[in-house]
Formats: sequence, structure tokens, C-alpha cells
Amino acid sequence: MPARKLETPASAPLSLRNGDAILLVGTMKGLFLLGSRPNRRRWSMAGPFFPGSSVYGAAFDARAGRKRIWASPSSMHWGAELAWTDDFGKTWERPETPLVRFPEASGAALKNIWQIMPGRASEPDTLYCGVEPSALFESHDAGATWRLNQGLWGHPHREKWQPGGGGLCLHTILVDPSRSGRITVAISTAGVYRSDDGGKTWQARNRGVRAEYFPDPNPEFGQCVHKVVQHRAKPGRLFLQNHWGLYRSDDGGDSWKDIANGVPSDFGFCMGIHPQDPDTAYIVPLHSDMFRCTPDGKLRVYRTQNAGASWKPLTRGLPQKDALETVIRDAMAVDAFDPAGIFFGTRSGKLYGSRDEGRSWQLLHEGLPPIVCVKAATAENVRVHARAARPRRRATKARRAA
Amino acid sequence: MAVCFLIPGPLLAFSGGRAAVSLDGSPQTVAEALDALGAVHPGLRERILTERGDVRPHVNVFVAETNIRDVAGLATRVPDGSEIAILPAVSGG
Repeated sequence: MPARKLETPASAPLSLRNGDAILLVGTMKGLFLLGSRPNRRRWSMAGPFFPGSSVYGAAFDARAGRKRIWASPSSMHWGAELAWTDDFGKTWERPETPLVRFPEASGAALKNIWQIMPGRASEPDTLYCGVEPSALFESHDAGATWRLNQGLWGHPHREKWQPGGGGLCLHTILVDPSRSGRITVAISTAGVYRSDDGGKTWQARNRGVRAEYFPDPNPEFGQCVHKVVQHRAKPGRLFLQNHWGLYRSDDGGDSWKDIANGVPSDFGFCMGIHPQDPDTAYIVPLHSDMFRCTPDGKLRVYRTQNAGASWKPLTRGLPQKDALETVIRDAMAVDAFDPAGIFFGTRSGKLYGSRDEGRSWQLLHEGLPPIVCVKAATAENVRVHARAARPRRRATKARRAA
Repeated sequence: MAVCFLIPGPLLAFSGGRAAVSLDGSPQTVAEALDALGAVHPGLRERILTERGDVRPHVNVFVAETNIRDVAGLATRVPDGSEIAILPAVSGG
């Protein structure tokens, strides 16, 4: 007699207040939402949402009074799509016709959505997403409709871009908060491209970034850039984790300087930047491209506080023995609190967090599916229910009467 | 009744919860039958086919007991009264 099939896991929504910390954790088997009071000591978790689907992209959009979480579940069977919730996971909207679709004339079909990025605060209805194969989509009506960015899709370099291990993915989107036309993207393996005219035209911005797997290690494009981060208050400051190589730019990507000073390996994927200090960045070095695990079995986050002149390991609370871990390109996030919180997830399903800028770490969760993205946000626009507060006031009165 | 689609569990959200969707009309091929299905339940067609109109790589479409990949693909003929089963392939990780 065949065994009874188990029900698909059902998930309760996350309960949050304004100012709470939020983590969006995308895994190979669904999305998890975590919430905490601003002290970030104890986390509650909801999920998995979209059980069975990988979720490489997630974002919280609090512009224009929203409290919208976007996610990009991708089913091996049924394809990738954009979905959203306005009630922290109680209900999800999944349009019958997926929002992100390649136009027929492109001849392409969507494989995965790697990145979801809200636009500038001054453009609250603009969003971007980066997809595989190597394209940027944009929406200017709060996500109701999306269109392929033709400037990048039509770039003459595109036919020579090659897929990396994760596919030909556009995984990083940086919207310059101070220059309205400037958008920077990164593609594996094509490198960094920047537009200064709102996405109409794009130029490769890889000068100084090595591509050691080519006969000419300094090509105009073709670098396998794994992650780029940008400082919001000083947008010309970028850090870049390459497929071999750590770099910094002080001119918005026009040029890159090698800053692999004192790291056990300059191979890695993820990267984070401090919300206030543009000289502080975080990485998790991996042994090599042939052995993509933390060196020496030690899980170490490395931090620079001098723009890459030197890096120091942060290990307090992280396993320093038998820890052959992998942290991939979008699995690290830095929140906007002071002191800043740093969070990362591993391929082995462990979620770590620091609420003191990396001085000490806590294992927030283990046993999750392989973690492929971690995003940090602050809850806003949460409606406070007057009804929910009443029993507490009554209880207080009752105690006084007693 | 011309054809009846059998819908797998993960797609019931896009068929109004119906595990079997019967369509009137006279589709001659699987492609025509899927177009008719898409007119009623667009979310189903979108998840069976890519935007290029190809059957997704990890989806199998059977007309009766024949996998259309083994015959003429989307051009496979659909006899009147056929059952067309949509089945997720045995793949995953």
C-alpha cells in the first residue's frame, strides 16, 4: 500500500512592528522570513514560502507607504516568477501570467530571477530585476508591468558573454542614489557594466579587474564578477569580489584597485559594506575556485576598516574547526541599524548573524535548505492595531483595582 | 468533450482547484489544445510552456500513455476524447 503523501508545509505570517529588523532568507527550497525587535537578539521565523522552489531574489520595499516583500521563486518544473506579499507572508500574489517574460523577438526564455532591487527613493514606483540569461528588467509602475532593458540586451558584447557556474546571470544591480541616470550591474561572466543615461546605453567598467582564465588577463569585458557593493552616502565607493581578486573603486567603477591585502584567499562570492563607514567592508574568503570552501576548515568573516589596505578575521562565535562552508554571492547582508548587523547564510543551511558589526557572531538557525540569498531590512508602514492593544490596558487596570 | 487535461497538484492554484479540465472544441494538436487551455486558464499554459512556446525541460506532456517528446512534440495529434496529462518530470535536488 503506498504511503500517504505529506501535506505541503503551511506557513504563518511574520508578526512585526515598525522599526523591527527583518531578514529575507532565500534557499534552494523556499523563502524564510525572520523578524526581531531592533536589538536583534531573538528572531522569529516564518516559512518556508514557495516550498520546493529556489528563491534567489528577495527585497523589501517600504517606499510610498508600502510594506511589500518581493520574492522570485523558481521551480525546476514550472519556471521562475515574481511574487509579492503586503502582509508579511499571510497572502502572496502570484499573477497567472508571470510578470517577467522575455519578449518574443528576443528569442530568449527566462531561466531564473537573481536579483530584485527597488529604485531610488525619489522614484518610488521604479523597480529592477536581474535575470538569467543576462538581462535587466525594469518596472515604472510599482511592479505591475515589467519590460526588458533593450540597451543592455542589445549590447554588442552580449553575444560573447559566457555563463559561469551559476549560469549567465545578472546578479547585482546598484542604483546610484545621487545621480539619477546612473545604474551599475554585474554579470557572471561579463563583468561590470554601467549606464549614466538611465539604462539607454551601457559601458563595460572592468579596468583593473583581472580575468585569470583568459590568455589576456585584462580584457575589456568577460570578468567573472561575483558581487559588487556600493556605499549609499558615497556612491563612488565600490568594493568588488571577483572570481579571484578583491577590488575597490573610488570613481564609480571607472577604475579598480587590487585590495587583496592579508586575506587567506582572494577567491569568494559574497560581500557587504558598512551602512555608515564607506571604508568598512566584509567578505568570506573561500579556498579556491576548485575547492569552494572556507580555508583550513575555519569559518571566518574578514573585515577591512581602511578601504582594503588590510583585512582582519572575525571569528568570535564562528566555528574554527571542521567548518568547510560555502557562502555564495547574495548570501550576505548588512542592515541599517547602529551598530550595524551583519548576516550570512551557508550552503549547508546555517544562518549566522552579528549585531555588533562583526565583533561576535551567533548561529541564528541551522538545518535550513542551502541558503542562496540573505537580505536585511527595517520594518516600516506596519499598521498598529488599536484592538490588539486593548487587552493589555484592561489587564493593567485590573491589576490596579486588585 | 474534445480533450481533458489532467492537472498536477502544484498547478491547481492556476486551474481553480480542478484536477481535470475538459475543453470543448476540436484541437488537432497538443499545441492547439494548450492554446485552448491557456484561453481558459492562462496561468497553466505559462507554467507548462516557456515564453518561447517550448515545453519546459522538466515537464512531461502525455497524450494517453504517449510522451509527446517521443513522437511529434507539440505537433502530436490529439484524437477526440483524449486525456492529456501534465506531469512533472522525475527531477529535482
